[in-house]
Amino acid sequence: MRLLPSGSAALLVEVDGLDDVLALYAALAGAPPEGVVDVVPAARTVLLVTDPARTTLDAVAAAVRRTTPVAGAERSGDAVELPVHYDGADLADAAELLGLTPGQLVERHTSAAWTVAFCGFAPGFGYLVQPGGGWDVPRRATPRTKVPPGSVALAGEFSGVYPRESPGGWQLIGRTDVAVFDLARDPAALLRPGTRVRFVAAS
Amino acid sequence: MSLTVLAPGPLTTVQDEGRPGQAALGIGRSGAADRASARLANRLVGNPLDAAVLEVTLGGLAVRAEADLLVVTTGARCPGSPHDAPTLLRAGAELRLGAPAAGLRTYLAVRGGIAVPPVLGSRATDVLAGLGPAVVAAGDVLPVGAPAAPLPGVDLAAVPDPAVGDLTAAVLPGPRADWFGPAGWSALTGQRWTVTSESNRVGLRLDGVPLERLRAGELPSEGMVRGALQVPPSGTPVLFLADHPVTGGYPVIGYVTDADVDRCAQLRPGQGLRLRAG
Repeated sequence: MRLLPSGSAALLVEVDGLDDVLALYAALAGAPPEGVVDVVPAARTVLLVTDPARTTLDAVAAAVRRTTPVAGAERSGDAVELPVHYDGADLADAAELLGLTPGQLVERHTSAAWTVAFCGFAPGFGYLVQPGGGWDVPRRATPRTKVPPGSVALAGEFSGVYPRESPGGWQLIGRTDVAVFDLARDPAALLRPGTRVRFVAAS
Repeated sequence: MSLTVLAPGPLTTVQDEGRPGQAALGIGRSGAADRASARLANRLVGNPLDAAVLEVTLGGLAVRAEADLLVVTTGARCPGSPHDAPTLLRAGAELRLGAPAAGLRTYLAVRGGIAVPPVLGSRATDVLAGLGPAVVAAGDVLPVGAPAAPLPGVDLAAVPDPAVGDLTAAVLPGPRADWFGPAGWSALTGQRWTVTSESNRVGLRLDGVPLERLRAGELPSEGMVRGALQVPPSGTPVLFLADHPVTGGYPVIGYVTDADVDRCAQLRPGQGLRLRAG
Protein backbone atom coordinates (compact mmCIF):
# COMPACT_ATOMS: atom_id res chain seq x y z
CA MET A 1 0.00 0.00 0.00
CA ARG A 2 1.53 3.29 -1.12
CA LEU A 3 0.20 6.69 -0.11
CA LEU A 4 0.64 9.23 -2.89
CA PRO A 5 0.17 13.00 -2.58
CA SER A 6 -2.90 14.55 -4.20
CA GLY A 7 -2.75 18.18 -3.20
CA SER A 8 -3.95 19.82 -0.02
CA ALA A 9 -7.33 18.09 0.22
CA ALA A 10 -6.90 14.49 -0.96
CA LEU A 11 -4.74 11.41 -0.63
CA LEU A 12 -4.33 8.65 -3.21
CA VAL A 13 -3.74 5.13 -1.93
CA GLU A 14 -2.19 2.78 -4.48
CA VAL A 15 -2.47 -0.98 -4.08
CA ASP A 16 -1.56 -3.97 -6.24
CA GLY A 17 -4.79 -4.71 -8.04
CA LEU A 18 -8.56 -4.76 -8.17
CA ASP A 19 -9.04 -7.25 -5.33
CA ASP A 20 -7.00 -5.06 -3.02
CA VAL A 21 -8.94 -1.98 -4.17
CA LEU A 22 -12.25 -3.64 -3.34
CA ALA A 23 -11.04 -4.83 0.05
CA LEU A 24 -9.62 -1.45 1.02
CA TYR A 25 -12.66 0.38 -0.34
CA ALA A 26 -15.01 -1.88 1.62
CA ALA A 27 -13.15 -1.07 4.83
CA LEU A 28 -12.86 2.68 4.21
CA ALA A 29 -16.38 3.19 2.87
CA GLY A 30 -17.81 1.22 5.78
CA ALA A 31 -16.02 3.38 8.34
CA PRO A 32 -14.56 6.48 6.68
CA PRO A 33 -11.92 8.34 8.68
CA GLU A 34 -13.16 11.58 10.29
CA GLY A 35 -13.30 14.44 7.79
CA VAL A 36 -13.25 12.24 4.67
CA VAL A 37 -16.11 13.25 2.35
CA ASP A 38 -15.51 10.90 -0.59
CA VAL A 39 -13.85 7.51 -1.01
CA VAL A 40 -13.25 6.82 -4.71
CA PRO A 41 -12.07 3.38 -5.83
CA ALA A 42 -10.52 2.91 -9.26
CA ALA A 43 -8.41 0.30 -11.05
CA ARG A 44 -5.42 0.28 -8.67
CA THR A 45 -6.13 3.14 -6.31
CA VAL A 46 -8.52 4.46 -3.70
CA LEU A 47 -8.77 8.25 -3.47
CA LEU A 48 -9.75 9.83 -0.17
CA VAL A 49 -11.16 13.33 -0.50
CA THR A 50 -11.17 15.33 2.71
CA ASP A 51 -12.84 18.43 4.02
CA PRO A 52 -9.71 20.41 4.98
CA ALA A 53 -11.70 22.26 7.64
CA ARG A 54 -12.39 19.00 9.47
CA THR A 55 -9.18 17.01 9.26
CA THR A 56 -5.56 16.95 8.12
CA LEU A 57 -3.94 14.73 5.51
CA ASP A 58 -1.59 13.38 8.18
CA ALA A 59 -4.54 12.25 10.29
CA VAL A 60 -6.17 10.61 7.28
CA ALA A 61 -2.91 8.90 6.29
CA ALA A 62 -2.56 7.49 9.81
CA ALA A 63 -6.16 6.24 9.73
CA VAL A 64 -5.56 4.54 6.36
CA ARG A 65 -2.45 2.79 7.68
CA ARG A 66 -4.49 1.48 10.61
CA THR A 67 -7.24 0.18 8.30
CA THR A 68 -7.61 -3.54 7.83
CA PRO A 69 -8.90 -4.28 4.31
CA VAL A 70 -12.10 -6.35 4.23
CA ALA A 71 -11.20 -9.17 1.86
CA GLY A 72 -14.03 -10.91 0.09
CA ALA A 73 -16.52 -8.11 0.77
CA GLU A 74 -17.55 -8.30 -2.88
CA ARG A 75 -18.87 -11.82 -2.47
CA SER A 76 -21.59 -10.88 -0.02
CA GLY A 77 -25.09 -9.77 -0.93
CA ASP A 78 -27.53 -10.75 -3.62
CA ALA A 79 -26.58 -10.43 -7.26
CA VAL A 80 -28.36 -7.94 -9.50
CA GLU A 81 -29.73 -9.74 -12.53
CA LEU A 82 -29.49 -7.97 -15.87
CA PRO A 83 -31.31 -9.56 -18.82
CA VAL A 84 -29.37 -8.85 -22.02
CA HIS A 85 -30.35 -9.06 -25.68
CA TYR A 86 -27.04 -10.23 -27.14
CA ASP A 87 -27.37 -8.50 -30.51
CA GLY A 88 -24.68 -5.79 -30.18
CA ALA A 89 -23.05 -4.31 -33.27
CA ASP A 90 -19.60 -5.53 -32.17
CA LEU A 91 -20.58 -9.00 -30.92
CA ALA A 92 -19.01 -10.83 -33.86
CA ASP A 93 -15.86 -8.69 -33.81
CA ALA A 94 -15.42 -9.06 -30.06
CA ALA A 95 -15.90 -12.83 -30.28
CA GLU A 96 -13.29 -13.07 -33.05
CA LEU A 97 -10.81 -11.00 -31.01
CA LEU A 98 -11.21 -13.53 -28.20
CA GLY A 99 -11.05 -16.53 -30.53
CA LEU A 100 -14.63 -17.46 -29.72
CA THR A 101 -17.90 -17.83 -31.56
CA PRO A 102 -20.57 -15.28 -30.62
CA GLY A 103 -22.42 -18.07 -28.82
CA GLN A 104 -19.35 -18.95 -26.78
CA LEU A 105 -18.84 -15.30 -25.87
CA VAL A 106 -22.41 -15.07 -24.59
CA GLU A 107 -21.96 -18.27 -22.64
CA ARG A 108 -18.84 -16.95 -20.97
CA HIS A 109 -20.44 -13.55 -20.29
CA THR A 110 -23.41 -15.21 -18.55
CA SER A 111 -21.58 -18.13 -16.95
CA ALA A 112 -20.38 -16.54 -13.73
CA ALA A 113 -21.27 -13.47 -11.69
CA TRP A 114 -19.46 -10.18 -12.27
CA THR A 115 -18.53 -7.67 -9.58
CA VAL A 116 -18.56 -3.89 -9.82
CA ALA A 117 -14.93 -3.00 -9.16
CA PHE A 118 -15.45 0.75 -9.37
CA CYS A 119 -17.58 3.39 -11.07
CA GLY A 120 -16.75 6.38 -13.24
CA PHE A 121 -17.00 7.79 -16.75
CA ALA A 122 -20.65 8.75 -16.14
CA PRO A 123 -23.03 8.66 -13.16
CA GLY A 124 -23.94 5.02 -12.56
CA PHE A 125 -21.39 3.51 -14.97
CA GLY A 126 -19.78 0.50 -13.31
CA TYR A 127 -16.56 -1.22 -14.33
CA LEU A 128 -17.43 -4.91 -13.89
CA VAL A 129 -14.94 -7.74 -13.55
CA GLN A 130 -15.51 -11.49 -13.76
CA PRO A 131 -13.01 -13.48 -11.69
CA GLY A 132 -11.25 -15.96 -13.96
CA GLY A 133 -13.14 -14.63 -16.97
CA GLY A 134 -10.04 -14.21 -19.11
CA TRP A 135 -11.41 -11.15 -20.84
CA ASP A 136 -9.01 -8.98 -22.79
CA VAL A 137 -10.78 -6.95 -25.45
CA PRO A 138 -9.24 -3.89 -27.07
CA ARG A 139 -11.32 -0.75 -27.38
CA ARG A 140 -12.63 0.11 -30.83
CA ALA A 141 -10.05 1.95 -32.91
CA THR A 142 -12.58 4.71 -33.52
CA PRO A 143 -14.95 5.50 -30.64
CA ARG A 144 -18.62 5.95 -31.44
CA THR A 145 -19.99 9.43 -30.94
CA LYS A 146 -23.29 7.98 -29.73
CA VAL A 147 -23.72 4.76 -27.81
CA PRO A 148 -27.38 4.01 -26.99
CA PRO A 149 -28.39 3.80 -23.30
CA GLY A 150 -28.52 0.26 -21.96
CA SER A 151 -25.71 -0.92 -24.24
CA VAL A 152 -23.74 -3.79 -22.69
CA ALA A 153 -20.11 -3.59 -23.67
CA LEU A 154 -16.59 -4.94 -23.22
CA ALA A 155 -13.18 -3.28 -22.97
CA GLY A 156 -9.98 -4.66 -21.49
CA GLU A 157 -10.90 -6.94 -18.60
CA PHE A 158 -14.12 -5.02 -17.97
CA SER A 159 -17.76 -5.21 -18.92
CA GLY A 160 -20.12 -2.27 -18.47
CA VAL A 161 -23.58 -0.94 -19.14
CA TYR A 162 -23.97 2.56 -20.59
CA PRO A 163 -26.38 4.43 -18.27
CA ARG A 164 -27.41 6.90 -20.97
CA GLU A 165 -26.56 7.91 -24.51
CA SER A 166 -22.95 9.02 -24.63
CA PRO A 167 -19.81 8.74 -26.71
CA GLY A 168 -17.92 5.51 -26.15
CA GLY A 169 -15.16 3.27 -27.45
CA TRP A 170 -16.14 -0.05 -25.89
CA GLN A 171 -17.20 -3.07 -27.97
CA LEU A 172 -21.00 -3.35 -27.89
CA ILE A 173 -22.21 -6.91 -27.40
CA GLY A 174 -25.83 -6.37 -26.40
CA ARG A 175 -28.37 -4.23 -24.62
CA THR A 176 -30.46 -4.39 -21.47
CA ASP A 177 -33.81 -2.77 -20.74
CA VAL A 178 -32.91 -2.31 -17.08
CA ALA A 179 -32.01 1.31 -16.28
CA VAL A 180 -28.73 1.17 -14.37
CA PHE A 181 -29.11 4.86 -13.49
CA ASP A 182 -32.56 6.32 -12.88
CA LEU A 183 -33.10 9.59 -11.01
CA ALA A 184 -36.71 8.56 -10.32
CA ARG A 185 -35.47 5.57 -8.32
CA ASP A 186 -33.82 5.54 -4.89
CA PRO A 187 -31.00 4.70 -5.10
CA ALA A 188 -30.57 6.13 -8.58
CA ALA A 189 -27.43 4.06 -9.20
CA LEU A 190 -28.10 0.32 -9.40
CA LEU A 191 -24.41 -0.54 -9.56
CA ARG A 192 -22.00 0.45 -6.82
CA PRO A 193 -18.54 -0.83 -5.94
CA GLY A 194 -18.84 -4.40 -4.68
CA THR A 195 -22.28 -5.05 -6.23
CA ARG A 196 -22.45 -8.48 -7.90
CA VAL A 197 -24.09 -8.67 -11.30
CA ARG A 198 -25.34 -11.68 -13.20
CA PHE A 199 -26.01 -11.23 -16.90
CA VAL A 200 -28.68 -13.52 -18.34
CA ALA A 201 -29.63 -13.96 -21.98
CA ALA A 202 -33.04 -12.37 -22.53
CA SER A 203 -35.46 -14.59 -24.38
CA MET B 1 -41.35 34.39 -3.59
CA SER B 2 -39.52 34.08 -6.86
CA LEU B 3 -37.15 35.62 -9.32
CA THR B 4 -37.96 35.81 -13.04
CA VAL B 5 -35.07 35.51 -15.48
CA LEU B 6 -35.27 38.11 -18.25
CA ALA B 7 -31.91 37.25 -19.81
CA PRO B 8 -29.31 34.66 -18.70
CA GLY B 9 -26.18 36.21 -20.23
CA PRO B 10 -23.63 33.84 -21.82
CA LEU B 11 -24.07 31.13 -19.14
CA THR B 12 -25.87 31.16 -15.82
CA THR B 13 -26.33 28.05 -13.67
CA VAL B 14 -27.72 27.28 -10.24
CA GLN B 15 -24.95 26.17 -7.87
CA ASP B 16 -24.50 25.17 -4.26
CA GLU B 17 -21.96 23.06 -2.36
CA GLY B 18 -22.51 20.14 -4.73
CA ARG B 19 -22.86 16.40 -4.17
CA PRO B 20 -20.15 15.17 -1.83
CA GLY B 21 -20.11 11.52 -0.88
CA GLN B 22 -21.30 10.06 -4.20
CA ALA B 23 -18.08 9.96 -6.23
CA ALA B 24 -17.84 6.19 -5.76
CA LEU B 25 -21.04 5.95 -7.84
CA GLY B 26 -19.52 8.00 -10.64
CA ILE B 27 -21.32 11.13 -9.46
CA GLY B 28 -18.96 14.09 -9.20
CA ARG B 29 -19.21 16.80 -6.60
CA SER B 30 -19.86 19.83 -8.86
CA GLY B 31 -21.03 23.01 -7.07
CA ALA B 32 -19.88 26.61 -7.34
CA ALA B 33 -16.64 27.00 -9.30
CA ASP B 34 -15.47 29.77 -6.95
CA ARG B 35 -16.67 28.36 -3.64
CA ALA B 36 -15.26 31.19 -1.52
CA SER B 37 -17.28 33.79 -3.42
CA ALA B 38 -20.46 31.71 -3.33
CA ARG B 39 -20.11 31.21 0.43
CA LEU B 40 -19.47 34.90 0.97
CA ALA B 41 -22.62 35.75 -0.97
CA ASN B 42 -24.65 33.41 1.20
CA ARG B 43 -23.15 34.79 4.40
CA LEU B 44 -23.98 38.36 3.40
CA VAL B 45 -27.70 37.61 3.07
CA GLY B 46 -27.92 35.32 6.11
CA ASN B 47 -28.19 32.05 4.18
CA PRO B 48 -26.69 28.71 5.17
CA LEU B 49 -23.44 28.23 3.27
CA ASP B 50 -24.98 25.45 1.22
CA ALA B 51 -27.90 27.55 -0.07
CA ALA B 52 -28.20 27.65 -3.85
CA VAL B 53 -27.02 30.77 -5.68
CA LEU B 54 -26.76 31.78 -9.33
CA GLU B 55 -23.34 31.48 -10.96
CA VAL B 56 -23.21 34.07 -13.73
CA THR B 57 -20.47 33.78 -16.38
CA LEU B 58 -19.26 37.10 -17.84
CA GLY B 59 -22.29 39.05 -16.62
CA GLY B 60 -25.34 39.70 -18.76
CA LEU B 61 -27.90 38.27 -16.33
CA ALA B 62 -31.14 40.24 -15.97
CA VAL B 63 -33.75 39.26 -13.39
CA ARG B 64 -36.96 40.72 -11.98
CA ALA B 65 -37.96 40.31 -8.34
CA GLU B 66 -41.50 39.02 -7.88
CA ALA B 67 -41.40 39.92 -4.17
CA ASP B 68 -39.18 42.10 -2.01
CA LEU B 69 -35.85 40.22 -2.04
CA LEU B 70 -32.53 40.87 -0.36
CA VAL B 71 -29.80 40.23 -2.94
CA VAL B 72 -26.04 40.51 -3.22
CA THR B 73 -23.35 39.70 -5.76
CA THR B 74 -19.80 38.51 -5.13
CA GLY B 75 -16.90 37.29 -7.25
CA ALA B 76 -16.48 39.15 -10.54
CA ARG B 77 -17.82 42.69 -10.08
CA CYS B 78 -20.47 43.58 -12.67
CA PRO B 79 -21.59 47.16 -13.33
CA GLY B 80 -25.08 47.66 -11.94
CA SER B 81 -24.82 44.97 -9.30
CA PRO B 82 -25.06 45.22 -5.48
CA HIS B 83 -21.49 43.98 -5.17
CA ASP B 84 -20.40 42.68 -1.78
CA ALA B 85 -23.21 44.85 -0.32
CA PRO B 86 -26.62 43.28 0.37
CA THR B 87 -29.41 45.35 -1.21
CA LEU B 88 -33.18 45.15 -1.13
CA LEU B 89 -34.64 44.52 -4.58
CA ARG B 90 -38.27 45.64 -4.44
CA ALA B 91 -41.05 43.57 -5.97
CA GLY B 92 -41.17 44.36 -9.69
CA ALA B 93 -37.68 45.85 -9.74
CA GLU B 94 -35.10 44.56 -12.18
CA LEU B 95 -31.44 43.78 -11.66
CA ARG B 96 -29.23 43.87 -14.74
CA LEU B 97 -25.61 42.79 -14.54
CA GLY B 98 -23.16 44.39 -16.97
CA ALA B 99 -19.98 42.69 -18.10
CA PRO B 100 -17.28 42.46 -15.40
CA ALA B 101 -13.97 44.24 -15.95
CA ALA B 102 -12.10 41.58 -13.98
CA GLY B 103 -12.87 37.97 -13.25
CA LEU B 104 -15.25 35.56 -14.92
CA ARG B 105 -17.89 34.36 -12.48
CA THR B 106 -20.33 36.43 -10.43
CA TYR B 107 -22.45 34.89 -7.67
CA LEU B 108 -25.93 36.25 -7.07
CA ALA B 109 -27.36 35.20 -3.72
CA VAL B 110 -30.93 35.83 -2.70
CA ARG B 111 -31.96 35.72 0.95
CA GLY B 112 -33.73 32.37 1.34
CA GLY B 113 -31.74 30.73 -1.46
CA ILE B 114 -32.73 29.61 -4.95
CA ALA B 115 -35.21 26.83 -4.16
CA VAL B 116 -35.39 24.77 -7.36
CA PRO B 117 -35.88 21.03 -6.66
CA PRO B 118 -32.64 19.31 -5.65
CA VAL B 119 -31.28 16.38 -7.66
CA LEU B 120 -29.41 13.71 -5.67
CA GLY B 121 -29.22 16.05 -2.71
CA SER B 122 -27.97 19.16 -4.50
CA ARG B 123 -29.18 22.02 -6.71
CA ALA B 124 -25.86 22.25 -8.54
CA THR B 125 -25.82 21.96 -12.32
CA ASP B 126 -23.05 19.56 -13.36
CA VAL B 127 -22.39 20.40 -17.01
CA LEU B 128 -20.19 17.33 -17.57
CA ALA B 129 -22.49 14.72 -16.03
CA GLY B 130 -25.69 16.44 -17.14
CA LEU B 131 -27.08 16.34 -13.59
CA GLY B 132 -29.03 18.95 -11.69
CA PRO B 133 -31.20 21.86 -12.81
CA ALA B 134 -31.17 22.86 -16.46
CA VAL B 135 -28.97 25.80 -17.42
CA VAL B 136 -30.83 29.02 -16.55
CA ALA B 137 -32.84 30.39 -19.48
CA ALA B 138 -34.90 33.51 -20.21
CA GLY B 139 -38.42 33.13 -18.84
CA ASP B 140 -37.40 30.83 -15.98
CA VAL B 141 -39.21 31.59 -12.74
CA LEU B 142 -36.84 30.59 -9.95
CA PRO B 143 -38.48 29.95 -6.60
CA VAL B 144 -36.87 31.56 -3.54
CA GLY B 145 -36.90 29.78 -0.19
CA ALA B 146 -37.75 31.06 3.25
CA PRO B 147 -34.97 32.74 5.28
CA ALA B 148 -33.27 30.22 7.54
CA ALA B 149 -31.22 32.43 9.84
CA PRO B 150 -31.10 36.03 11.07
CA LEU B 151 -29.36 38.63 8.94
CA PRO B 152 -25.67 39.04 9.75
CA GLY B 153 -25.84 42.83 9.94
CA VAL B 154 -22.96 43.31 7.52
CA ASP B 155 -23.33 46.20 5.09
CA LEU B 156 -20.27 45.61 2.98
CA ALA B 157 -17.68 42.88 2.67
CA ALA B 158 -14.17 44.07 1.92
CA VAL B 159 -12.72 41.45 -0.40
CA PRO B 160 -10.31 42.02 -3.29
CA ASP B 161 -11.61 41.77 -6.83
CA PRO B 162 -10.32 38.93 -9.02
CA ALA B 163 -6.95 39.45 -10.71
CA VAL B 164 -6.82 41.35 -14.01
CA GLY B 165 -3.37 40.23 -15.14
CA ASP B 166 -1.48 37.06 -14.38
CA LEU B 167 -2.48 34.99 -11.37
CA THR B 168 -0.02 33.05 -9.25
CA ALA B 169 -1.37 29.92 -7.58
CA ALA B 170 0.34 27.51 -5.20
CA VAL B 171 0.87 23.98 -6.52
CA LEU B 172 1.74 20.78 -4.66
CA PRO B 173 3.06 17.54 -6.18
CA GLY B 174 0.47 15.16 -7.57
CA PRO B 175 0.51 11.38 -7.46
CA ARG B 176 2.27 11.05 -10.82
CA ALA B 177 4.81 13.87 -10.57
CA ASP B 178 7.49 11.21 -11.02
CA TRP B 179 6.26 10.58 -14.57
CA PHE B 180 7.73 13.97 -15.44
CA GLY B 181 10.74 14.13 -13.15
CA PRO B 182 12.44 17.21 -11.73
CA ALA B 183 12.70 18.77 -15.20
CA GLY B 184 8.95 18.41 -15.67
CA TRP B 185 8.24 19.98 -12.30
CA SER B 186 10.57 22.88 -13.18
CA ALA B 187 8.78 23.32 -16.50
CA LEU B 188 5.40 23.29 -14.74
CA THR B 189 6.39 25.88 -12.16
CA GLY B 190 8.77 27.91 -14.28
CA GLN B 191 6.60 29.17 -17.10
CA ARG B 192 3.58 31.35 -17.71
CA TRP B 193 0.60 29.26 -18.76
CA THR B 194 -2.16 30.85 -20.80
CA VAL B 195 -5.82 30.01 -20.16
CA THR B 196 -7.40 28.97 -23.46
CA SER B 197 -10.92 29.54 -24.73
CA GLU B 198 -11.58 25.78 -24.43
CA SER B 199 -11.95 26.28 -20.68
CA ASN B 200 -15.22 25.78 -18.83
CA ARG B 201 -16.60 24.55 -15.50
CA VAL B 202 -14.94 21.18 -16.11
CA GLY B 203 -11.47 22.67 -16.25
CA LEU B 204 -9.03 25.28 -17.44
CA ARG B 205 -7.16 24.17 -20.52
CA LEU B 206 -3.72 25.70 -20.37
CA ASP B 207 -1.39 26.52 -23.23
CA GLY B 208 2.39 26.76 -22.98
CA VAL B 209 5.55 24.76 -23.58
CA PRO B 210 4.38 21.12 -23.37
CA LEU B 211 5.57 18.98 -20.46
CA GLU B 212 7.55 15.91 -21.43
CA ARG B 213 6.85 12.51 -19.95
CA LEU B 214 9.79 10.43 -18.82
CA ARG B 215 7.87 7.20 -19.28
CA ALA B 216 5.48 5.80 -21.83
CA GLY B 217 2.52 3.58 -21.20
CA GLU B 218 -1.00 3.96 -19.98
CA LEU B 219 -2.16 4.84 -16.52
CA PRO B 220 -5.10 2.86 -15.15
CA SER B 221 -7.92 5.30 -14.40
CA GLU B 222 -7.68 6.82 -10.94
CA GLY B 223 -9.74 9.16 -8.83
CA MET B 224 -9.04 12.85 -8.87
CA VAL B 225 -10.41 15.96 -7.27
CA ARG B 226 -10.73 19.66 -7.98
CA GLY B 227 -7.35 21.29 -8.45
CA ALA B 228 -5.75 18.37 -10.30
CA LEU B 229 -3.33 19.28 -13.08
CA GLN B 230 -3.80 16.40 -15.48
CA VAL B 231 -1.41 16.07 -18.40
CA PRO B 232 -2.89 14.53 -21.56
CA PRO B 233 -0.63 13.29 -24.39
CA SER B 234 -0.42 16.85 -25.79
CA GLY B 235 1.69 17.78 -22.75
CA THR B 236 -0.30 20.90 -21.87
CA PRO B 237 -2.12 20.50 -18.55
CA VAL B 238 -5.79 20.77 -17.73
CA LEU B 239 -6.59 22.27 -14.34
CA PHE B 240 -9.75 20.54 -13.18
CA LEU B 241 -12.50 22.69 -11.67
CA ALA B 242 -15.96 21.97 -10.22
CA ASP B 243 -17.37 19.58 -12.85
CA HIS B 244 -14.22 17.49 -13.33
CA PRO B 245 -14.60 13.80 -14.17
CA VAL B 246 -14.56 11.50 -11.13
CA THR B 247 -11.69 9.44 -12.52
CA GLY B 248 -9.15 10.02 -15.26
CA GLY B 249 -6.56 8.05 -17.15
CA TYR B 250 -3.85 10.65 -17.68
CA PRO B 251 -1.16 11.37 -15.08
CA VAL B 252 -1.73 14.17 -12.56
CA ILE B 253 1.57 16.00 -12.12
CA GLY B 254 0.39 18.39 -9.44
CA TYR B 255 -2.49 19.93 -7.55
CA VAL B 256 -3.32 23.59 -7.15
CA THR B 257 -4.01 24.05 -3.44
CA ASP B 258 -7.66 23.95 -2.48
CA ALA B 259 -7.87 27.64 -1.54
CA ASP B 260 -6.22 28.79 -4.77
CA VAL B 261 -8.47 26.73 -7.05
CA ASP B 262 -11.26 29.22 -6.33
CA ARG B 263 -9.11 32.08 -7.59
CA CYS B 264 -8.21 30.08 -10.70
CA ALA B 265 -11.94 29.67 -11.41
CA GLN B 266 -12.06 33.43 -12.00
CA LEU B 267 -9.49 33.30 -14.82
CA ARG B 268 -10.62 34.28 -18.29
CA PRO B 269 -9.34 32.97 -21.60
CA GLY B 270 -6.10 34.80 -22.42
CA GLN B 271 -5.11 35.40 -18.81
CA GLY B 272 -1.84 34.04 -17.52
CA LEU B 273 -1.38 31.50 -14.71
CA ARG B 274 1.88 30.93 -12.91
CA LEU B 275 2.19 27.88 -10.68
CA ARG B 276 4.44 28.37 -7.69
CA ALA B 277 5.65 25.33 -5.74
CA GLY B 278 3.73 25.57 -2.46
